[in-house]
Amino acid sequence: METTIVNNDFKSEEYFINMGPQHPATHGVLRLLLTIDGEIIKKVEPDLGYIHRSIEKMCERDSYQQIVHLTDRMDYLSSHINNEAVCLAVENALQLEIPERVKVIRTIIDELTRIASHTLWWGVMGMDVGALTTYFYGFRDRELINDIFEETCGARLTMNYNIPGGLMYDIHPNFVKRVKSFIAHFKTKLPEYDSLLTGNVIFQKRTKGVGILTKADAISFGASGPVGRGSGYSCDVRKHHPYSALDKVPFNEALQTEGDSFARYLVRIQEMWESMSIIEQLIDNIPEGDYNVPTNAVIKLPKGEFYQRVETARGELGVYIISTGTKNPYRLKFRSPGFSNLSLLNHIAVGGKIGDLVATMATLDLVIPDIDR
Amino acid sequence: MSYFSEIYNGIKTLLTGMGVTGKYFLHSRKGAITQQYPDNRDTLKMFDRFRGEVVMPHDENNEHRCTGCQKCEIACPNGTIEIIWDRAIEEETGKKKKIIDKHIYHLGMCTMCGLCIEACPTDAIKWAQNFENSVYDRTQLTRVLNKPGSKVKAGVED
Repeated sequence: METTIVNNDFKSEEYFINMGPQHPATHGVLRLLLTIDGEIIKKVEPDLGYIHRSIEKMCERDSYQQIVHLTDRMDYLSSHINNEAVCLAVENALQLEIPERVKVIRTIIDELTRIASHTLWWGVMGMDVGALTTYFYGFRDRELINDIFEETCGARLTMNYNIPGGLMYDIHPNFVKRVKSFIAHFKTKLPEYDSLLTGNVIFQKRTKGVGILTKADAISFGASGPVGRGSGYSCDVRKHHPYSALDKVPFNEALQTEGDSFARYLVRIQEMWESMSIIEQLIDNIPEGDYNVPTNAVIKLPKGEFYQRVETARGELGVYIISTGTKNPYRLKFRSPGFSNLSLLNHIAVGGKIGDLVATMATLDLVIPDIDR
Repeated sequence: MSYFSEIYNGIKTLLTGMGVTGKYFLHSRKGAITQQYPDNRDTLKMFDRFRGEVVMPHDENNEHRCTGCQKCEIACPNGTIEIIWDRAIEEETGKKKKIIDKHIYHLGMCTMCGLCIEACPTDAIKWAQNFENSVYDRTQLTRVLNKPGSKVKAGVED
């Protein structure tokens, strides 16, 4: 790393600045303690705890039906997938047979959630590198998915549509029609994303070769989701440990090998195409049947330990339940994707410029309530 | 040579992006999803399932369907619902029966999870689509859902 020394009177020296917790580029209340030398970053230390709500402790108090709505508030951009993780863990522990209809609907809504999360990320990513226009384009397409959710689930962000045993209510009669019209709409809009931002020369200069994460580092830091896949680490839970209806649908795992910010960007764009193809394969063949299987009003899990992993829009979410046979879990631990992905920020940002830190952090796609819980 | 081709490619990609924004500039209302709230209040219709707040519907005889079974109170994760109840002697049978005095709903604590409405065996409570819930004082967010003088509809059993 070169230090600029003009003559002996002007020595460069390290100093400390505080980025966040209310900085617009940190996407929430994340505080970064930066040690910098001029514009060169020497150390990045994340400081957490500003939005800690002790969700894991509250889970020990709540019944298994009530836990589900708390997971909405962790990674709020993939709330449906978080709900599903808890429900799958409880259903596996109870050894419930889930109807095919529920599995297919869950998978469709999961992939819609993934597209919604990635469109928002795409808009914010553009804004972080200085292209304000992308923000509005991303939100325009996300709005249509939010309408689908509002009509079927009743809420736009914290949906709480899954319950242990199935779904809270059946899909709305308009659901299939709306999803199809959204897919037709989004197929014409996603190429616009490419011409607006992906091909843009300024954007490419800001992201190519910046924040490089090697495959070995990605594995050792526990990176998952698009961050790991941007480094060539095949870590898609949907592919390796399929859940719900994902074992019946052929799809490609988005992989890039460069490991820089641009590779992580391309993985997410590619994932949106894959999600659309998964939805298209399933939307015409939603099987008939019940939308849930009745469970007891008080769910008591058998004594033991249960683990379930799912792929959220940000990576691998794990739900680890220790049950002593009562109606509450003895301990419930979430393995959140954001926490592991944040841990490698220091590794990939050191030696870069402070402006590149913002771009690198945007490609990690951090959601702070997911990290703090 | 690569210097000039780089300039040419740079300008080309910028123009491609500007082509997209230019297209929307010329057709600005095409595909617009923006709603002119609050100017469209008269025509704005929320979806049927939209979770605005919990209400208890009453019929024309000021009768509701709540038997005071407290299942909603138990299902609620954060103590939003509080039921004050009593036992009264039923005239025909002479048996003691649970009746509600007050069904209190703290809107300020509600997370709109919908578990109470799923738990209700008699469909006594349901979602209203009203979302303009801001008030000047938080005590106004505590609501008594059963109307004064109302009683449970005859024949509703849990």
